[in-house]
Amino acid sequence: METIRKFERVCEIIDHNQRNAARLIPILQAVQAEYRYLPEEILTFVATSLGISPARVFGVATFYSLFTLKPKGKYLIRVCNGTACHVKGSMGLYGAIVKKLGLRDGEDSTPDMLFTVETVNCLGACGLSPAMVVNDEVYGQLTPQRVSDIVDEIVLKEAQNESDAHGA
Amino acid sequence: MNGTVIFIDNKEIPIENEQNLLELIRKAGVDLPTFCYHSELSIYGACRLCMVQVEGMGLVPACSTPPTPEMKVSTNTEEIRKMRKIIVELLLANHSQNCPTCQKNTTCQLQALAKRFGITKVRFKNQLREMPPDESSPSLVRDPNKCVLCGDCVRICSEVQSVGAIDFAYRGAQTVVIPSFGKALDQVECVNCGQCARICPTGALTPKSEVDEVWKDIHNPSKVVVAQVAPAVRVAIGEMFGLPSGTTTTGQIAAALRAIGFDKIYDTSFTADLTVLEESGEFIKRVTTGDRIPQFTSCCPAWVKFVEQYYPEFVNHLSSCRSPQQMFGALAKEMLSSELNVKPEDIVVVSIMPCTAKKFEAKRPEFERDGVRDVDHVLTTQEFGRMIEEAGLHFKELGPESFHMPFGFKTGAGVIFGNSGGVSEAVLRYVSEKLTGQKHESYEFTSVRGENGIREAKLSVAGNEFTLAVVSGLGNARRALDRIRSGEAHYDFVEVMACPGGCVGGAGQPVFSDPLVRRQRTKGLYENDRMLELHKSQDNPYIAELYGTVLGEVGSHKAHELLHTSYRTRKRILDEDVSISSGDEKSLDISVCFGTSCFLKGSQKLLHDILGHIRSKGLNARVNVNASFCFEKCDKGPTIKVGSRTIEGCTIEKAIEAIKREGVALAEEVRQNV
Amino acid sequence: MNLMLTGLNKISQDFLGRSTAATRRILVCAGTGCLVNGSLKVYEGFVQALKNSGLNAIVELKKEEEGVFVSRTGCQGFCQIGPLVTILPEGIFYTKVKPADVAEIVETTVKKGDVVERLLYVEPDTQKVCRTKDEIPFYQKQHRFVLSNCGTIDPEDINEYIASGGYKQAMKAYLEMNPEELCELIFASGLRGRGGGGFPTGRKWDVARRETNVKKYVICNGDEGDPGAFMDMGIMEGNPHSVIEGMTIAARAIEADEGFIYVRAEYPLAVKRLRKAIDDAYRVGLLGKNLFGSEDSFNLTIMEGAGAFVCGEETALIASIEGKRGMPSPKPPFPSISGLWGKPTIINNVETLSQIPLILTVGADGYRKRGTKDSPGTKTFALTGHVANSGLIEMPFGATLREIIYGVAGGMTSDTGKAVSDGFKAVQIGGPSGGCLTRDHLDLPIDFDSLKTVGAMVGSGGLVVMNKSTCMVSVARFFMQFTQHESCGKCVLCREGTKQMLALLDDIIEGRATMETLDLLEDLAAAVQKGSLCGLGKTAPNPVLSTMKHFHDEYVAHVRDKHCPTGKCKALMRLTIDEDLCKGCTLCAVKCPVGAISGEKGKPHHIDNNICRKCYICVEACKFKAIKGD
Repeated sequence: METIRKFERVCEIIDHNQRNAARLIPILQAVQAEYRYLPEEILTFVATSLGISPARVFGVATFYSLFTLKPKGKYLIRVCNGTACHVKGSMGLYGAIVKKLGLRDGEDSTPDMLFTVETVNCLGACGLSPAMVVNDEVYGQLTPQRVSDIVDEIVLKEAQNESDAHGA
Repeated sequence: MNGTVIFIDNKEIPIENEQNLLELIRKAGVDLPTFCYHSELSIYGACRLCMVQVEGMGLVPACSTPPTPEMKVSTNTEEIRKMRKIIVELLLANHSQNCPTCQKNTTCQLQALAKRFGITKVRFKNQLREMPPDESSPSLVRDPNKCVLCGDCVRICSEVQSVGAIDFAYRGAQTVVIPSFGKALDQVECVNCGQCARICPTGALTPKSEVDEVWKDIHNPSKVVVAQVAPAVRVAIGEMFGLPSGTTTTGQIAAALRAIGFDKIYDTSFTADLTVLEESGEFIKRVTTGDRIPQFTSCCPAWVKFVEQYYPEFVNHLSSCRSPQQMFGALAKEMLSSELNVKPEDIVVVSIMPCTAKKFEAKRPEFERDGVRDVDHVLTTQEFGRMIEEAGLHFKELGPESFHMPFGFKTGAGVIFGNSGGVSEAVLRYVSEKLTGQKHESYEFTSVRGENGIREAKLSVAGNEFTLAVVSGLGNARRALDRIRSGEAHYDFVEVMACPGGCVGGAGQPVFSDPLVRRQRTKGLYENDRMLELHKSQDNPYIAELYGTVLGEVGSHKAHELLHTSYRTRKRILDEDVSISSGDEKSLDISVCFGTSCFLKGSQKLLHDILGHIRSKGLNARVNVNASFCFEKCDKGPTIKVGSRTIEGCTIEKAIEAIKREGVALAEEVRQNV
Repeated sequence: MNLMLTGLNKISQDFLGRSTAATRRILVCAGTGCLVNGSLKVYEGFVQALKNSGLNAIVELKKEEEGVFVSRTGCQGFCQIGPLVTILPEGIFYTKVKPADVAEIVETTVKKGDVVERLLYVEPDTQKVCRTKDEIPFYQKQHRFVLSNCGTIDPEDINEYIASGGYKQAMKAYLEMNPEELCELIFASGLRGRGGGGFPTGRKWDVARRETNVKKYVICNGDEGDPGAFMDMGIMEGNPHSVIEGMTIAARAIEADEGFIYVRAEYPLAVKRLRKAIDDAYRVGLLGKNLFGSEDSFNLTIMEGAGAFVCGEETALIASIEGKRGMPSPKPPFPSISGLWGKPTIINNVETLSQIPLILTVGADGYRKRGTKDSPGTKTFALTGHVANSGLIEMPFGATLREIIYGVAGGMTSDTGKAVSDGFKAVQIGGPSGGCLTRDHLDLPIDFDSLKTVGAMVGSGGLVVMNKSTCMVSVARFFMQFTQHESCGKCVLCREGTKQMLALLDDIIEGRATMETLDLLEDLAAAVQKGSLCGLGKTAPNPVLSTMKHFHDEYVAHVRDKHCPTGKCKALMRLTIDEDLCKGCTLCAVKCPVGAISGEKGKPHHIDNNICRKCYICVEACKFKAIKGD
């Protein structure tokens, strides 16, 4: 039923944007908000509905870094690597998270799809560098120890939710 | 601006109608390098090779700088020299290094520039990320390792052809030109016209070669290898051997084919003559009964695929005539077998074509009888040229020889098929005599000739007014079709060729970028017509004989069997269904078509209602619902598929009824299996 | 005609009237920085604490009532000491306020008017305790003009903006001035585009004004992509209506009826506040049809970016609004003549537009009182790096680096944040497009033209101050990596050129370079700078060229001596084992993947630097911190 709701939502998004090909980027943003990524067949559907070639939609979807064609983890960790954060050791934070999550070269998500780690250019929280954002929550003045703790907290919370769900 | 001058390298050059410095610099006789400037495409400004020094402005790209009076331009300064070298080195450092084995070896513009700028060493590290070439298409090979990202192919595919099968994807150093989602070229909406390969400055897009297969058959003693040569080839192949564009080399072609080892040499113009009779016959019938007017020509396989995938409602407007290539294939297999006393499977038909889409056409499932293909191999003009080179023949010096009869005999009408407007003119030459029942002395219908991508002509024949449209370039075809669909335009007959200017400008022809080349080839074909003895297909004695002995009359049953075909609507992109809801293992599949045509006819609401029905009946666990992208029944949408049943013009009532019926059948099947 | 004026005046008077009964006002900074530090909890804490102590907490000024007015403001710039709380009317300024402090503030300050000493700012150098913002050197030494309302008004309340004089200038533009006069005024003010290039705004407008096309567009460029710059974010979050008013005036000046604000999607708060501001402006009738009773209309839409630095370039931004890949196009044609959908379009940066109402208020001459002759006005900077105070600041053009670094920023610090007296090495100004300035430029008055003469540019306004332990080659590499990653890939010089420049810098940093590498890097940088299609490519080599010019010796040390003078380049370090600290535990020798460490058990070990791959596994493994690099 979830997929039905999502697909109907996609139709709504396209209608809401007047089937206007100029609104491709807002459409893709809304679709991604729904699916958390851009599924290939939905992009083909979007192209068909807007009367443009799927190659063009693919071109736009791969140009902008906030679009993703791969599903992302439930928790998207984006480590800021803007100048201020970089100077204050953001790549060390990134390394600490990668190590903590046991990600191998070329991997950005954990196998259970709980976490995805990326870097982001600048969150505008330079006064609190180094910073990162987990989904919508921003964390500032971080240390490798602190990010490791944040990951632990999330894992713990998830485990609790899990056992609560089973308990019920 | 006219009447003023600019100074290029101190030379005074008058400004006429030039829009940018590059055109003026070329007029001044300086060959300014560029990858991405083409007068037929939008200005892109990416290759940076045309940078020039303008007094007071510094370095500017000539392609996008408009001239102003008294401008002082230098095209060759130390700074410019250094920059050009760096640009070419940068490209080489991100380029496959296997020049000697590249299809474009010696015709590659990157190679030519490296030589021209005296680059003997690349100072940068090679940073190419090797990617596998895409050889899926029957017509084209895409090798990303040789791409310079000039975007010419992307722009010609979308701007000129309105297809957009390839586009840029990713960003920065990761940028590639690729079909959607990185799919193979044969899985997407590419119509195989090959204009991308024609314009590609390097070996990143090339016609797919069948040369080796052809040699193999030639060297196989049990095979009889038969060649057919398309009209446009004869005015272009000479370019590969130093002859001016437009030079007719029919005799040399025959000689070369014979020397290479072809057993029989025929002319596709012969079946073009045959096409004229069949297609005109169909036209007279349709126009007098008002049946599916306008009639569209069907000689161009890229155009046919274009209609099949974008304009399903117009598919039945295409003439049912096979293209001359396929008529030839069918006839050859039918007749030569008994005439030469060989088994049909031992006859190998090789076409020499100006075209890459013909390779795709030859492989269409329709064109095969009892497992034997009508046309076995399609060589482009370029490939044929390479065979001539490989055989060590001095093409220019070959003494002219003649084609074999009967399929080697043609009239001028069959020859001008290679020009945009040629098919229409040939048809008019037939129809005007057929309808009046009189022979005419004159044969030229110059009103359908010309260079515009959409030309209209009104003609009065025996009291009938006909409106014709002659279209070349698929973007123009799209415009024309949209106008027909909206009722803005009315035509009786529409000729479409996918390549601008027609087959003479085909992607299989020797590589060219100057439109003048195409113009000269066009002229060459019209001259050919004038030089020939006969100019009207109906005057071709061998055609008359063919009807007498084999075909009966125009449009006969036998003619239909051999010379006509049918079309289908087709998906643009394969394998892209959206799963909306899935039930248990053994559940009923329901797919709703969301292709453009069905979508416009209300498939969204239909899906919504079907889902509502399923929910209200609690059928969630027992059905799988998909949104599909085309059942190829576009004229009668919205279309859905329930189980194995396809329902056209579907309403919610029809859908519910089908779900009930198929659901019961499925339940029965499950019960029996248990 | 003056219906609108009465309308605006009424909103203004109503707001002021309603606020008179409030005894105090608490302003809680809710800029991105303070929010990250938990200022929302502080805000909620105040509302609760006021109720707990029996006071009426007014969160929205709906009617005239007694109580304490609590508001959230935009960014006040000094994020590192946030969350910031200001108590009016005294202007008592509290720093690093935690929810736990709130009850005490209510008891002591709100009720009694006394201060909570421990939450006041203490000047590190002099130990001076500052009661109000104005006493703090960080603020004292700035000139806050564009940012004057940021942090003092509630950005989500259109009434407060109007009460502070907002939209009056827009009305003047529509009712009292014609387009030509507006263009002339802006031209006379000398305003130059704050987005980087410094093109005269009035001239840009006038070109578009002269176009006879019926359809024209105004675009606000809020795609602030420079990593480490957040001035535009500060304005969009802190005073969104000033941007909208500026755009409305611009629309009048060129006779456009449609506008877009293109905002970086990484700024969700700015997007939210702008959306609210636009909705409110429509509601009050300040956007839409028949503005101020005139025949003119102006419609405004927000467009969120999707993560592409290059979209800050105007032709790329236009492509993005048109739903395409954000790839720049050649200019000419310039957008003022042929922009969005081929129509005349002006694109101005956020800071530029927010100055427009101010210019109309003070007049061209009044505006020119700030700044220099050719660069009038002020400029905001995002100040970061090895300085005591970092944050969002505003200075008049003509101010020197010395004033900024040793005045506003409170001097240099070491890597660990300690104040150092002689730590200054360089400043990177203008982000990835800008250049590097040195000690020699400390007294250079900063303006558009002076910076160009020394190979830098105002650019976005990023200002990264670096101390002596910073490796300049690594800095150049950082920015190169950024632009390389953000190159759109369209033109050869930028796409391939930045990639090869990065590879050459890696060669230098990792010890593979020769002196020819430096020549090649310089030649390539020059070609990329002169030949690239757009501003991103043309300015990408600036960090490399300026560091090569000003810190040539440092490059040579990396290349010829295979030595990084600051010891920051790991691959060039020589590792040694301190014989006094080494206990001969053999752990390092066991862990070394290439067998570069040898020694007998119980005796000091040695590293063969010819074999060592600088993986630093031994450094991490050593429990006695005996392995060191230099």
